Amino acid sequence: MAWFLLLCAPLMFGWIRASELTFELPDNAKQCFYEDITIGTKCTLEFQVVTGGHYDVDCRLEDPDGTVLYKEMKKQYDSFTFTASRNGTFKFCFSNEFSTFTHKTVYFDFQVGDDPPLFPSENRVTALTQMESACVSIHEALKSVIDYQTHFRLREAQGRSRAEDLNTRVAFWSIGEAFILLVVSISQVLLLRSFFSDKKTTTTRMGS
Amino acid sequence: MEMKAVVSSTGLMLLFAWLSPSQALYFHIGETEKKCFIEEIPDETMVIGRYRTQLWDKQAGSFLPSTPGLGMHVEIKDPDAKIILSRQYGSDGRFTFTSHTPGEHQICLHSNSTKMALFTGGKLRVHLDIQVGEHTNNYPEIAAKDKLSELQLRVRQLLDQVEQIQKEQNYQRYREERFRMTSESTNQRVLWWSIAQTFILIITGIWQMRHLKSFFEAKKLV
Repeated sequence: MAWFLLLCAPLMFGWIRASELTFELPDNAKQCFYEDITIGTKCTLEFQVVTGGHYDVDCRLEDPDGTVLYKEMKKQYDSFTFTASRNGTFKFCFSNEFSTFTHKTVYFDFQVGDDPPLFPSENRVTALTQMESACVSIHEALKSVIDYQTHFRLREAQGRSRAEDLNTRVAFWSIGEAFILLVVSISQVLLLRSFFSDKKTTTTRMGS
Repeated sequence: MEMKAVVSSTGLMLLFAWLSPSQALYFHIGETEKKCFIEEIPDETMVIGRYRTQLWDKQAGSFLPSTPGLGMHVEIKDPDAKIILSRQYGSDGRFTFTSHTPGEHQICLHSNSTKMALFTGGKLRVHLDIQVGEHTNNYPEIAAKDKLSELQLRVRQLLDQVEQIQKEQNYQRYREERFRMTSESTNQRVLWWSIAQTFILIITGIWQMRHLKSFFEAKKLV
């Protein structure tokens, strides 16, 4: 019973976590996320800007002491792996403070530790059978497939939002230009007419 | 005896799996601030969200473990901006929904505190954990319910993963179709509006010349 509880311990304390979120970052804003990590845990932070402006964002990762582990300005996509050097709260922030009016949508995936063992009574001491090892390797491969799919979906979302933007802009500007064209040509004629009308009255006055 | 141990430990694990995440990712939220998260998911996908709130205690200078009376309002919108869930939860909450249309779903959280005095510190810590698709499956629970052996459970997990990949591929086909329609529409618009503008230009040019000619003829200048 005791060793069962011991095996359950990681599940209890949630050492193994993967958080994947997409959020909107308004202009001139900064959003920070915190996570309590234990020493020696291998963590990965991956982020990608989905929509907005030049698709770039500032990212910063700090350890509990405030030491900056990762700092990049105006990055579109990056992946950073580190091992927690001490216990405590790690903080990572995304900043859009350099932008004046474009708000960005940012996706990030913060993986802490490895995945939990599937079957709780799994004893890591005994070797896995061939079938089980095959299952484990297929599982890992499928996980990376899902990860690639996510990144592809985000890129496609980028392209699609640009295309939709272009579509509305083309309509808007075409109508605008047609309107301007009409206004300019009519006002040209009216202006020209007004020049000659004035001259006509002056000549008549002078004549009589 | 062995069986009892297995059952009781599984029960314990189910209990812990159900509890709100104590070590999840957290962020700070202001009093009237609304935090929204976007989940772009295919249809018939289950999403489970769990959150836990902690209030800043100015006297103690730290966050209280839990505060009764502090609630969060959760609002979930589907891709057509229709609200599919709008509920008030307590200080710890668990919400779940299944998407019926593929696309961007928006999950918004904002605090709905009745006692304004609670917010003198101005900070609220929210632990959040959102799991999508096959991550929502609780494998120990499934193993206990269907009485699966270890290998069967692994295969079940692989099946769920493959199903998620399939759904995502299907959703991608639908998105590509939308993208293609948007591009076709832009193409059509550019074509027709260019023709229309050239036409307007020629017509106004002709009109201008004719009008001015008749104007000058009337003025006896030509």
